Amino acid sequence: MATGEPDSPAQEGMALSQEEDRLCPADTGGDKLSTGLEELPAPQSNGPMRSVDGQEEPSDKDLSDSASTDTALEDSSEFGRPLMVGACETGAAAVPPTRRDEDVTAASWRARRKHIFVLSEAGKPIYSRYGNEEALSSTMGVMMALVSFIQSGDNAIRSIYSDDRKLVFVQQGPLVLVSVSRTLQSEQQLRQELLYVYYQILSMLTQVSITRIFERKKNYDLRRLLAGSEKILDRLINLVESDPSFLLGAVRCLPLPASLREALGALLQKAITPNLVFSILVARSQLVTAVQERAVIEECRLEPTDLHLLLNLIGASSAFQAGEIWTPICLPRFNPDGYFYAYISYLDAECTVCLVLLSTDKESFYAVSDCKKRVEEAMRTQGSLQALSGGLQSPSYGVGQVGVPDLRHFLYKPLDIPENYRQLPQFTSPELEGPYCSEEEQHRLFDLYHYLHSRIHSTSRPLRLIYHVAEKETLLAWVTSKFELYTCFSPLVTKAGAINVLTKLLRWIKREEDRLFIRYPPKYSTTPNPGKGTKGGRPDNAENGFFAGL
Amino acid sequence: MFKKNMAPRRMKQMGARSSTDGHFLQQAYIYKVVLLGGTTVGKSSIAFRYVKNDFKESMPTVGCSFFTQQVCLETATVKLEIWDTAGQEQYQSICHLYYRGAKAALLVYDITRKETFARAKLWLRELEKEFLHDEMVIILVGNKTDLADQREVTFEEAEEFAKIKSLMYMETSAKSNYQVTELFTAIAHELLKQEQQEDPGLQLRKNSCVDLQEPNGQTKKCCMS
Repeated sequence: MATGEPDSPAQEGMALSQEEDRLCPADTGGDKLSTGLEELPAPQSNGPMRSVDGQEEPSDKDLSDSASTDTALEDSSEFGRPLMVGACETGAAAVPPTRRDEDVTAASWRARRKHIFVLSEAGKPIYSRYGNEEALSSTMGVMMALVSFIQSGDNAIRSIYSDDRKLVFVQQGPLVLVSVSRTLQSEQQLRQELLYVYYQILSMLTQVSITRIFERKKNYDLRRLLAGSEKILDRLINLVESDPSFLLGAVRCLPLPASLREALGALLQKAITPNLVFSILVARSQLVTAVQERAVIEECRLEPTDLHLLLNLIGASSAFQAGEIWTPICLPRFNPDGYFYAYISYLDAECTVCLVLLSTDKESFYAVSDCKKRVEEAMRTQGSLQALSGGLQSPSYGVGQVGVPDLRHFLYKPLDIPENYRQLPQFTSPELEGPYCSEEEQHRLFDLYHYLHSRIHSTSRPLRLIYHVAEKETLLAWVTSKFELYTCFSPLVTKAGAINVLTKLLRWIKREEDRLFIRYPPKYSTTPNPGKGTKGGRPDNAENGFFAGL
Repeated sequence: MFKKNMAPRRMKQMGARSSTDGHFLQQAYIYKVVLLGGTTVGKSSIAFRYVKNDFKESMPTVGCSFFTQQVCLETATVKLEIWDTAGQEQYQSICHLYYRGAKAALLVYDITRKETFARAKLWLRELEKEFLHDEMVIILVGNKTDLADQREVTFEEAEEFAKIKSLMYMETSAKSNYQVTELFTAIAHELLKQEQQEDPGLQLRKNSCVDLQEPNGQTKKCCMS
């Protein structure tokens, strides 16, 4: 992607905000000040920035470009003390009304299970999961000081372990992401979570614009561009902690009769328009079917990560439920620098069935909206919408259907799907029931899954089979060339007993696999010239016509 | 069939056109209306109240949300294509995608936050760069009158500004359903009024519309096409 591209939203958005900077403080005579990006003032000469709601001023003052490390270090005790002593005021105080107003000096703030921070290389706060970023500017200053200190020795800080916490650092371009966690998750898993946060930011701004922004102005306040998006990140982090899709890097499909899924796929295959690249049908955050442009998947495919980020974005905006949405979105694993244009619309009044169409042409709203009308129409004549919603009324399936005694829950990710290399990795798991109804118990179960996952995927000593007796349940994880499986049994099961009944579970899954997974993902061709399109899948190919619209 | 639907869409940016959806009975005018303004001023809430007559605390809009709504006036039916844009800066540059071809713009601000009023003024400047004054109906909308006790922008101040810039001006509350429908009806009226001023022959044509109801009126149209 050429860097000089004038069309990227963030870049122009910045130009506008720059103008606003000048307009707001004076409020008069702004007309003569309209400038292009080239004339951006040097950071020093620029007065304190003001956001739309004018709240950022104080922090901008304390956090000048030189990010005074001295003052930051003085304040470090505030954050460092509880860390070293390992204070354990678990759930001591009541949770304040909104997490943004949370008092960052309170014990309850420090006792949070997992903090996530995002800051810029200049030490400027960009995002904090709990508490207001401004109140945390000194804390983030310390984090940046740690990063820079290690960096000055030509090294990179990866993590800090204390008695009960892990601090994990990830640096991606001009952004630094930090996780401070009391969970059992491994460093690797925490790192993966931070990457999800990073990718979600990219999905809104793209890598190239973030890089460009910070090249031009080191102490730019990225929150200006992310205003309102905190909720998207909040939701993502909650999901990452509770949805195994993120842990397994796989997509959960809605269990459906294969014939219905095929009919829906065929229907999406027909409703196409030039430059359409992906058509995705989703019901309650579970994939119904996804159709890809034939040329695109020659070498690339829709990554589960990209789909998760997209679905999170959809879920985080209730505005999606009212009208038809048209928005630029970046799929960072597919191409971190380019935008797709996403058309999103719910097909039913209850807002459970959602159609997502991704195009590379930003002008194609009406054409794509027309595709949706055709899909809607065809679904009505086939009666497939009722069939779909009918399936959604009841929970997808319970573990009881498997008929394995003492089995409480499982996660199964097949690794032997036909056409694997161009397949979307998928997994299946029954609804959570039994003792795992409360959020607390669900967290506990996922902590255990995380632990087993970290042992199986340990970089130093990976395991193939692990039998783990926990306080209230017994777990067994098993990875082969054909699948990855995590099971949770009642505490009374024996090792031999658990291994014995696994065959029964595997047989059940085999029998149901056409219903649980997308076996043969459909494709279509919307590029008039296929020869041109085959190359188009390559994310970094700037020459091809495929991404000309980006 | 689908091609037929798409072609006039592009034409409609020029203004009114007769509906191709099979409504030969009455002339329908289609106008693109765009909602602009800062974050959390209530753009989506206004649209949601108008289209669904409901209110809920909504999350920030991503990109742009598209609605259509018909307004029946005495003389004609007006179909409004409403583009509800995101207030966030990250989407601002692509907003021109959304307001291109728009015949009316709602500049929404929150009466309890002065800076959103400044933001609306900024939007006006953006629009002035893109459009000639008579090309677009612009209406300044002070939302959240339900929070009148926290008011920072007075009615008079905004009215004065609207007068200088010759904008329409209204205050609304999406939450308590105050003047939301009136707002869009006023826009529809104004759009139709301008259409008629621009095109004095319209009155005549409207009479011929009535003729289309007659069977021979329809056949006549077929012959012409």
